[in-house]
Amino acid sequence: MTSNIVEIDNVSFGYKGRLLHKGINMAFPRGKVIAIMGGSGSGKTTLLRLIGGQLKPSKGEVRVDGAIVHQQNREGIYQLRRKMGLLFQHGALFTDLSVYDNVAFPMRELTDLSESMIRDLVLMKLNAVGLRGAHSLMPTELSGGMARRVALARAVALDPDIIMYDEPFAGLDPISMGVICDLIRSLNDALGATSIIVSHDVKETFLIADYVYFVANGEVAAEGTPHDLMQSTLPFVHQFVHGEKDGPVPFHYPAQNYRSELFG
Amino acid sequence: MLGFLSELGQRMIARVWRLGAGAHLFFLTIIYSGESFRRFHLTLREIYFTGVMSLLIIIVSAFFVGMVLALQGYNTLQKYGSSEAIGVLVALALVRELGPVVTALLFAGRAGTAITAEIGLMKTTEQLSAMEMMAVNPIARVVAPRFWAGVIAMPILAALFSMVGVLGGYLVAVPLIGVDDGAFWSQMQANVDFRDDIVNGVIKSLVFGVACTMIALFEGFDAPPTAEGVSHATTRTVVISSLTVLGLDFVLTSFMLVV
Repeated sequence: MTSNIVEIDNVSFGYKGRLLHKGINMAFPRGKVIAIMGGSGSGKTTLLRLIGGQLKPSKGEVRVDGAIVHQQNREGIYQLRRKMGLLFQHGALFTDLSVYDNVAFPMRELTDLSESMIRDLVLMKLNAVGLRGAHSLMPTELSGGMARRVALARAVALDPDIIMYDEPFAGLDPISMGVICDLIRSLNDALGATSIIVSHDVKETFLIADYVYFVANGEVAAEGTPHDLMQSTLPFVHQFVHGEKDGPVPFHYPAQNYRSELFG
Repeated sequence: MLGFLSELGQRMIARVWRLGAGAHLFFLTIIYSGESFRRFHLTLREIYFTGVMSLLIIIVSAFFVGMVLALQGYNTLQKYGSSEAIGVLVALALVRELGPVVTALLFAGRAGTAITAEIGLMKTTEQLSAMEMMAVNPIARVVAPRFWAGVIAMPILAALFSMVGVLGGYLVAVPLIGVDDGAFWSQMQANVDFRDDIVNGVIKSLVFGVACTMIALFEGFDAPPTAEGVSHATTRTVVISSLTVLGLDFVLTSFMLVV
């Protein structure tokens, strides 16, 4: 058993001729909370999809628990996914199922547990995210933060080895953000899992991450502990961490000359 | 000219690609159908949504279609002194053609669009991706139960359509117009053949069930994950299903008349 549960080795990937990743290398040690940060469109979520086997790299390999993801057949990929839980950006709860049934879904589909056992497990998972009392509600009756917590309970329903979070803090109020932040760290430690957080929220991510990768221009632009990165003098990292307008990341999308476009 | 030909070629390639993708989904649906029968409650639930929820529109339409058939049929038949044959005309028209065809058209408009919109929205809100990431096959869990529900529901709905249509025709022909009650039913009994008329009608509705449900499922599965994408997919479901049903009806009728 290697010390890294996930390894991204020289991975390149692109859409329609545009190369999104150019030989990225990352390692995710067991039991740690690792963050992948970067601007919008830098390919952070795509990295999660590569780990989950929903996309295949054009070069390099992604290894999960020693197995090369894109070389697996459908059954092999499903075996690997049983070790993973993914929290989608907007929760992706099944809208025709109640909160209880959403959390019970992976248990009913992937295990032979009895309904009474499933009931106990669902209530335990919902209790862990503070929503045991909301088990009978439908997803449309939940706030954004509550939906995210139910999705988290569903993602950890089968106690996965790897928990992936796609923008877990996006669009949440400060209280919900703090709750999710605590939950990510405490669930990781309680389950002995490895957490991979994709985010651009610096404050919350730095609070709980053990190690951070910064992705920019298809490469790992910087990496280190949150403390190291806060002190970093690299222009990109400095601009990102401190939320500065001026820096190597331009505010404007590439366009022709402003004057000539206005006056012809 | 070259640009026109190039665009025409690209459109043809896109159509052929979609046809291939549809066929691929169909084969995968058949392969992963075991779950739909092992856990039949999943299929039953979908039969309720596609079949039972379509009952009202099917019954009301059938009633009016039967009544109009009787009115129009009587108007023509009485000129030839054959008004007693009104029962046969209504029954044959419904069992052979109108039952399966109109049911399929209504099914495409009511249940087909609902299936496309539901699956399209599940894709848009990443519910299908979530299922995939949980190692649950969405084709086995979402597509196959809906497919078999459509295939099972369609012949039942078509049979109900024909029955209610005959009842509508009876109410117009006998109590309203005054055609002889016994002649209406006996002529129908004597001239409607089980093998040539009823079985052929059931075969048609089964084929339409496969086509309409598969088109609805594919359009939902293939819809771009945007509001506009789902809206276009829903429209395409109705248009393609309707044209497919009418085209298939001609092909099936030709074969049935020859064999």
